[in-house]
Amino acid sequence: MLLFYLKGLFRDRSRSLMPVIVVAIGVTLVVLMQCWITGVLGDMIVFNARFATGHVKVMSRAYNDNISQKPNDLAMIGTDELMESLKQEYPDMEWVERIQFGGLVDSPDVNGETKAQGPGGGMAVDLLSENSNEVERLNLESSLVRGNLPKTPFEVILSEQFAEKLEVVPGDNITLISSTMYGAMSITNFMVSGTIKFGAAMLDRGGMIADISGIRQALDMQDATGEILGYLPSGEYDDFEAAFIASTFNEKYSDTQDEFSPVMLSLREQNTMTMYLDMIDYFKSIIIGIFLVAMSIVLWNSGLLGGLRRYGEMGLRIAIGEEKNHIYRSLITESVFIGIAGSLVGTLFGLLLASLLTKGIDITSMAQNSTMMMQSVMKAKITTDAYYIGFIPGLIATVLGTALAGIGIYKRKTAQLFKELQA
Amino acid sequence: MHNKMKNGTIITIQNLIKRFPIGGGEFTALNGINLSFEKGEFSGIVGPSGSGKTTMLNIMGSLDTPTEGETEVLGTTSSEMTPRSAAFLRKKHIGFIFQTYNLMPVYTVFENVEFPLLLLKMPSSERRKAVLEALEWVGLTDKIKSRPPQLSGGESQRVAIARAMVKKPDLVLADEPTANLDAKNSHHILQTMEKLNKDLKTTFIFATHDDKVIKYLNRIISLEDGKVVSDESIKK
Repeated sequence: MLLFYLKGLFRDRSRSLMPVIVVAIGVTLVVLMQCWITGVLGDMIVFNARFATGHVKVMSRAYNDNISQKPNDLAMIGTDELMESLKQEYPDMEWVERIQFGGLVDSPDVNGETKAQGPGGGMAVDLLSENSNEVERLNLESSLVRGNLPKTPFEVILSEQFAEKLEVVPGDNITLISSTMYGAMSITNFMVSGTIKFGAAMLDRGGMIADISGIRQALDMQDATGEILGYLPSGEYDDFEAAFIASTFNEKYSDTQDEFSPVMLSLREQNTMTMYLDMIDYFKSIIIGIFLVAMSIVLWNSGLLGGLRRYGEMGLRIAIGEEKNHIYRSLITESVFIGIAGSLVGTLFGLLLASLLTKGIDITSMAQNSTMMMQSVMKAKITTDAYYIGFIPGLIATVLGTALAGIGIYKRKTAQLFKELQA
Repeated sequence: MHNKMKNGTIITIQNLIKRFPIGGGEFTALNGINLSFEKGEFSGIVGPSGSGKTTMLNIMGSLDTPTEGETEVLGTTSSEMTPRSAAFLRKKHIGFIFQTYNLMPVYTVFENVEFPLLLLKMPSSERRKAVLEALEWVGLTDKIKSRPPQLSGGESQRVAIARAMVKKPDLVLADEPTANLDAKNSHHILQTMEKLNKDLKTTFIFATHDDKVIKYLNRIISLEDGKVVSDESIKK
């Protein structure tokens, strides 16, 4: 019997092809949007984790309270011991020290007079230790535009844009005029070892990367650091695991009465990351919801039109002895097949389009003034979800649309259907 | 079931009244009908449009129910009839033939005739045999793979007859079966039905006002304004 109905379904293109196309279009959009949002927001999270937040971050409570100012005078001290404790207590995680610094950057001419200067912000990371993964984590090697990575504590890499502004090339010297952790003036010369393009407009405007040992000397921060970032062993952010680690750490080390005691925050708790993480889930739900409702209405409508066209057939089937509930069930079964076929086609097309977008769209020109830590190339990402997420609205909408349209069979009296058959 | 059939009566209609709501009032389509039909009859309900022929056929076919009075069709009374028992009655014992053939256009001739047997869950091999036999009765074994749009009007109605007859029902209800056919095809169709009536002892009841059909009938029941005005048996 099922085979008989399916034969009829696939031979009647108005009953099969059109609904399959409608479902496929909807599912294509769902899959594409899912991949795009996962890619863009996921990249943003990964980028933030690498550059700014880690999967967890340890700071002093006071530093955290004023984090927008990157206040190195509120940095943690005695961090060698803290790092040892962290490595012992969470041996699978990778812990790195970072110092955010800023100041006036001056580039001198051949006479030592100021040639150009401007405000710059930078990040001191461990570039020189043998076992450091920071170069890979920050993707510095492949982001280099000119020159080399720093090989000594007093070498620095500048963003290409900042180097152009300061009119310097690799090998030139620059002077960082800043303040030490204790408030004294700090004037330190660095050699520009290379230039870099971070791929994030915010960093490319005036970014610098230096080795942490050089910056420690420049800012008088021996055995001190602004931030300790922790990365989970899997390399992927896990909200639950990060929150658990932060909570156990804070229970043990953090004292709400002591503003210089360390506090650990998970990625979600930092900056606006909660929003981004929630946005991924919200967007998925919203997209699925919208397409579920929209497709249900479209399919309900086409089901009604198709149903009206098929009242004659229904009348005939009733006359031959088929029961109404049997007919209704057969319509639902048909819709399941339509839903599966449409979802399969839509998922394939969605994945195809998404795979084209995995190469990314360059939004550098649009992100010139962006203050968000986001990459200039936005890319889609195909995750496992993308292979099945389209089936949710695809199947539910088709079945729901048919179920609503099919109610007409019950509402119409048998004799009425029979009259329509004879009309 | 079929108690009455032992005595040869397959349909009994007593004081049947059928009213339909129209606007704020009611229209009485059938008004006090008393009739009975014997097994093997080749009868017709004749009358002008609006006389109540189709309504009576629908009630006998368990597609509609009386407003008042009672019917007993093949042992099932209208007062006891549920949608399920009505569907079973149609599925197992009643065949319908329509003015407009009502073949399912996406299915082949074979599949259209096969459909009632699928509902009866008949095994595939028996089904095939029964379908081919039914198509042989109507002379269409060479068209089994054709689709309805490829058939002439006469061929389509012969497929409809095969579909009605394939399950060998006790009763066939035919509503204006020749209305869309020319004289030659009408006679061919009627001869086919007459032969099946004789060979299989199937009861045929027509609703018609076509003289060509009336000539073949052995009982003519005339309806006017929902009432039986004459009931005449014709000896042939």
